Amino acid sequence: MSLELRNVTKRVGADTYIYETNLVLADGSLNVLLGPTLAGKTTLMQLMAGLEKPTTGEVWFRGKNVTGVPVQKRNVSMVYQQFINYPNFSVRENIAAPLRVARMNEAEIDRRVMQAAEILRLTPMLDRRPSQLSGGQQQRTAIARAIVKDSDIILFDEPLANLDYKLREELRDELPKLFAQRNCIVVYATTEPAEALLFGGNTATLHEGRITQFCPTARGYRRPKDIVSARVFSDPPINTHAAVKVNGELTLVDGPQWSLGDGARDVPDGNYTIAIRPHHVTMKPVAANSATIEGRVLITELSGSESVIHFKVGNETWVSQSHGIHPVEVGAQARLHVDTDQILYYGPSEELVG
Amino acid sequence: MRWRYVFLFIYILFLMLPIYWLLNMSFKTTNEILGGFSAFPREFTLASYRTIFTDPTWYNTYINSITYVLINTVISVMVALPAAYAFSRYNFIGDKHLFFWLLSNRMAPPAVFVLPFVNLYSAVGLFDTPWAVALAHTLFNVPLAVWILEGFMSGVPKELDETAYVDGYSFPSFFVKIFIPTIAAGIGVAAFFCFMFSWVEMLLAKNLTSVAAKPIVAAMTKTASTSGYELGLLAAAGVLTLIPGAFVIYFVRNYIAKGFALGRV
Repeated sequence: MSLELRNVTKRVGADTYIYETNLVLADGSLNVLLGPTLAGKTTLMQLMAGLEKPTTGEVWFRGKNVTGVPVQKRNVSMVYQQFINYPNFSVRENIAAPLRVARMNEAEIDRRVMQAAEILRLTPMLDRRPSQLSGGQQQRTAIARAIVKDSDIILFDEPLANLDYKLREELRDELPKLFAQRNCIVVYATTEPAEALLFGGNTATLHEGRITQFCPTARGYRRPKDIVSARVFSDPPINTHAAVKVNGELTLVDGPQWSLGDGARDVPDGNYTIAIRPHHVTMKPVAANSATIEGRVLITELSGSESVIHFKVGNETWVSQSHGIHPVEVGAQARLHVDTDQILYYGPSEELVG
Repeated sequence: MRWRYVFLFIYILFLMLPIYWLLNMSFKTTNEILGGFSAFPREFTLASYRTIFTDPTWYNTYINSITYVLINTVISVMVALPAAYAFSRYNFIGDKHLFFWLLSNRMAPPAVFVLPFVNLYSAVGLFDTPWAVALAHTLFNVPLAVWILEGFMSGVPKELDETAYVDGYSFPSFFVKIFIPTIAAGIGVAAFFCFMFSWVEMLLAKNLTSVAAKPIVAAMTKTASTSGYELGLLAAAGVLTLIPGAFVIYFVRNYIAKGFALGRV
């Protein structure tokens, strides 16, 4: 019992937005679509909602083929990145709109609107127009409208992207709680790996119109099955480097030679592209099996709690992310520590080996 | 600093002078107008206005003008709404060319169309009716309304349409209950421009009518009549012709600049 995309593609003119995709989203599941801008997240959601028809393939919902069924008959909700509300309706009528269209009785509408407004803390603003609300309140109104009817599928298309930092944090914490007791399929699109990790559930990583990996979020983060997925699921960008492994020794092309600990015991000798996340490359050694790497510093970004340093090793640009403030001169030679147990090994066709 | 106001004053004086002179004339007798120069009426009279409001051959011309202007505005906006929606929301073959072609209709001189319209409307029995003028004016007003409305509609994200469909609205009920109220200002501006164009246009209005549907612009500009020169009367008619425009512009005053930019600001 679920939403299924079967061999779905979407082409518009000469452009392919979605390459052949198969995806099964279980009832009551929380799913994240993670990918950069133009990866196809919005198109995929429009296909799931029924706003767009797939060029080829079928969409099935709870055992029925719903490919040609218009969105009005699908019982879905959607929240967009822009704050979309009906400008000529009050907040109350905005939230009530889907229920009114469904001709629900007045008392029930009232009860549900009050409940949704309560959850999203909109009760004092019910009689205002959307234009009289702050951005965060406008988006909460849109979310209230999405949860007020018992939708089978709720789609969130980067709902927090246009909000400022503080409101984003706030809503980010609230959202997962909203769906906790519902039996609907929630799909949440975002460009930020941190958001995906916060939501948990399952994550599909998207890259240029293809789903590169779909699995429980934590697993997708820990063991991306190919380099593309690893890149999508890393911010700052994951470090990659060509390397050769021989007898517990790893030699990076134009780079250092490391002796590996027990962590890579199962990885056979050979040529690999290694990948390692920036927070495993630090200014101070933090791990048991740690090796050093040197490079010329290109950029340093210091925030209150961490330092991000971009440096050059051979032809590759590496990024290191360390706790605390570590002032480093641009152009200087830096020496950083790599946790060798955290290295991901990708074979010649970019598949995960170990 | 002082000079700025001086120039502004001179400029406004320059703009207002013809309007003042019209007003001045409308309160004079024709003899005084013809008698010589006077900056204000020596024998103040409302006789001209009285004639216009009591003589059916005068006030009927206002009714005729208002009739075809309203018919034209309603038709133009009703026709332009779906067209503008299509241009703003869909891609179709030749859409950009068609859209530009619409505006190029406005570049044709109305005089070109007088002959075919007169001949055509005489043939179908529309000559000398308000409908003749109203339909002729749509040739210029529909493209204008489409351009203005398209600009306003494109300012509304298409996600609003999608949200409405997701919430269960059918296209017609979304269009009427949500979309039209959302672009109400644009509809007001488009209607205003149609109204003004139709109200001030003289050539087609004059030539497509004779007696029964004679518009005010035709009555106002005939300099001589059977009773000789009636300049005071004509001036009073002119003053009354200014009023509807001033009245209508009040309602769209905040959006008018956007309208002149065809909704694209």
